[in-house]
Amino acid sequence: MSYELLGITVLWTFLYGYLIVASVDFGAGFFSYYSELTGKKNVIHHIIQRYLSPVWEVTNVFLIFFMVGIVGFFPDTAYYYGTALLIPGSVAIILLAIRGSYYAFANYGSKKDNRFYLFLYGATGLLIPASLSTVLTLSEGGFIEERGNKVIFLYEKLFTSSYSWSVVLLAIVSVLYISAVFLTYYASRANDGAALQLLRRYALGWSMPTILSSMLVFFAISRHNPVHFERMVDLFWMFALSFICFAVAVYLVWTRKAYGLAFVFVMLQFAFAFFGYGAAHMPHILYPYLTIYDNFTNDTMAVALIVVFILGLLVLIPSLALLMRLFLFDAKYVQGQTKPAK
Amino acid sequence: MPQYDPAVYSRILTSLTLGFHIIFATIGVGVPLMIALAEWMGIKRNDPHYTLLARRWARGFVITVAVGVVTGTSIGIQLSLLWPSFMRIAGQAIALPLFMETFAFFVEAIFLGIYLYTWDRFKKPIYHFWLSIPIILGSSGSAMFITMMNSFMNAPAGFTLEDGKITNIQPILAMLNPATPTKVSHVLFSAYLTCAFILAGIAAYSILKGRKHVYYKKALKLTMTTGLIFAIGTAVVGDLSGKYLAEYQPEKLAAAEWHFETIEKAPLILGGILTEDNEVKFGLQIPYALSILAHGTPNAVVKGLNEYKAEDLPPLYIHYLFDAMVAIGMFLMLLTLLYFILRKWRKGNPHHRLLLWAIVIAAPLSVFAIEFGWVFSEVGRQPWILRGFMRTNEGATTSEHVDIMLYLFLLLYLVLGIAVSRVLRTLFRNNPAEAELLALEDSGADKR
Repeated sequence: MSYELLGITVLWTFLYGYLIVASVDFGAGFFSYYSELTGKKNVIHHIIQRYLSPVWEVTNVFLIFFMVGIVGFFPDTAYYYGTALLIPGSVAIILLAIRGSYYAFANYGSKKDNRFYLFLYGATGLLIPASLSTVLTLSEGGFIEERGNKVIFLYEKLFTSSYSWSVVLLAIVSVLYISAVFLTYYASRANDGAALQLLRRYALGWSMPTILSSMLVFFAISRHNPVHFERMVDLFWMFALSFICFAVAVYLVWTRKAYGLAFVFVMLQFAFAFFGYGAAHMPHILYPYLTIYDNFTNDTMAVALIVVFILGLLVLIPSLALLMRLFLFDAKYVQGQTKPAK
Repeated sequence: MPQYDPAVYSRILTSLTLGFHIIFATIGVGVPLMIALAEWMGIKRNDPHYTLLARRWARGFVITVAVGVVTGTSIGIQLSLLWPSFMRIAGQAIALPLFMETFAFFVEAIFLGIYLYTWDRFKKPIYHFWLSIPIILGSSGSAMFITMMNSFMNAPAGFTLEDGKITNIQPILAMLNPATPTKVSHVLFSAYLTCAFILAGIAAYSILKGRKHVYYKKALKLTMTTGLIFAIGTAVVGDLSGKYLAEYQPEKLAAAEWHFETIEKAPLILGGILTEDNEVKFGLQIPYALSILAHGTPNAVVKGLNEYKAEDLPPLYIHYLFDAMVAIGMFLMLLTLLYFILRKWRKGNPHHRLLLWAIVIAAPLSVFAIEFGWVFSEVGRQPWILRGFMRTNEGATTSEHVDIMLYLFLLLYLVLGIAVSRVLRTLFRNNPAEAELLALEDSGADKR
């Protein structure tokens, strides 16, 4: 495997990691607010808080890791995306900033569960995936143009493109779906019947829109970037597997069989689709300007980054395992028997 | 209205974000150490007051961490958004410490989550204490790596640049550039010092407000003791930084000192103002001091500003920032010394109102010193973004909307700044330490 391919695989994997943990997080924020609106707050709110409290900070790091890594491995991305993404990037940062800090204010401040804070937290949870998905849309080409020394972002094209809207739709819907399935599992671990019923309904409710909007994206991409679409058709088996995993997950939730396994299948569903999409996108990072072979970082730096990455994983994996053992797989904690000290 | 220049707006926006971020970043680096110290004292001395101190500090800390994380995310992404051409080069030469920084941040984030939710989960309290070590390593580590990145911008090393192509890269050499040792140690020591003073200020204020409990005195003693150690450390490293500047970035030191002629036995100028024809008025001259600061001997020759082309010089107002930073540093050291003399001296009163007020004032001053120091350091390397390699203007984005983004972020930081101070104030006001102390004593945990 070439360094280029190794680099992009590492980054893509981290982006996938972010997709999963952030989806759970963003969706949870939305459900939390929604349950407050519909008067069902007491049913699921505490479940969500118990999960989110110890992990909210970790989610952000996945994103930072990806940002830093992509500039490290592919310095030219900073040049193209950096210039073009000033506005959508800044908007995403501002939303993330509002979300992160108001989460802490709402949960650790003295006025707990301030309704306005909860609103900010819930609303941004849906807007962030929409704004972040713009980057994936841009990578398909057609929205960025290089004129002389300037990189120009064609806003009108983006806002009038059916492709970009279908991606936004998919992003929002799948956030809610992933999150609902995970929280269903978490509620079942907590033996919380009422929360389980409600979350299971959400999970099933969002499953159809998810698969429909993925198909919409397929259709839209065939019109927007036929080259990429052809390559996706070549990798059709990955998307077929993704669909099978989806079916299994829905079946497991529907028949109330195994919620943990269902979530694993949801992860697989998105893994196949995400990596299939990514593989078909190769070798382009920004169609048609930038491939992974253009101005890849020098070999010395690539080796250094990979070494650090492996060393980093050696620290990271046990730490994450400890975190999960203490808060995800500790029955007492999940059921709320060990009270978090305040 | 001056003409729109993305480079100018990018500079303003970057300084705005960083200026806001470093307040929380400093707290993020120093406060975990203070929390761990308090917890350690609580366990070792079997004194629940210290444990309570650790808990209360930790509670406020979470709020500031959130703001630190989100503003850190801002600057992390803004680097690529506002300085794309610079990041293209930096990505080639200096991505390594940035990459390592994220791992340190990961460790900190994971263990902070664990630490906050496991106060009562272990049979032996010391297990919980051990969880604070990865937090300190993570937060100080990320400060260290990110400062290496900044050191590289001041003293680029480990690569060759020819016609815009960068070759012959040695990542380790780029990381451990000449500026790294002094910068990293100065950043760490001053962060610990500042946090000690922020917390000391809170304790002193409580005592001034008539809180009589011994808890506050213990808090003051712990914070002032650490303050003393780090004040001395900061001063020593500050002196080494001066020597570094004299050798590698003499134009920065000369600008900071308004030192125009290259002469031996150079005097140090304190305060003063600069006239239009570059004459210093009302300044206090200390003979030989600059030679000693720069090279360690009173007779050494110090290079002056006249040796440089005007377009290579930083603005001369950085003198005021440098002086303000040093003055505050000296003031902090003096306070910690005074506190100790008064403690040790039998007739002394370490809780004299004047001293307590001075400590209260010192808390925000120490944060100002951090800001002044950073502005001095950053403006002092203008006009370069990569000293000797790339001018700041060449690194900036060409986008046409930086001004709107500047106003948006200004608004964001205003809102966050106001919100965080209000949340912190009500958090501690609604749950005063007295109530918790009373609960402690009722439960009979207090054995002394």
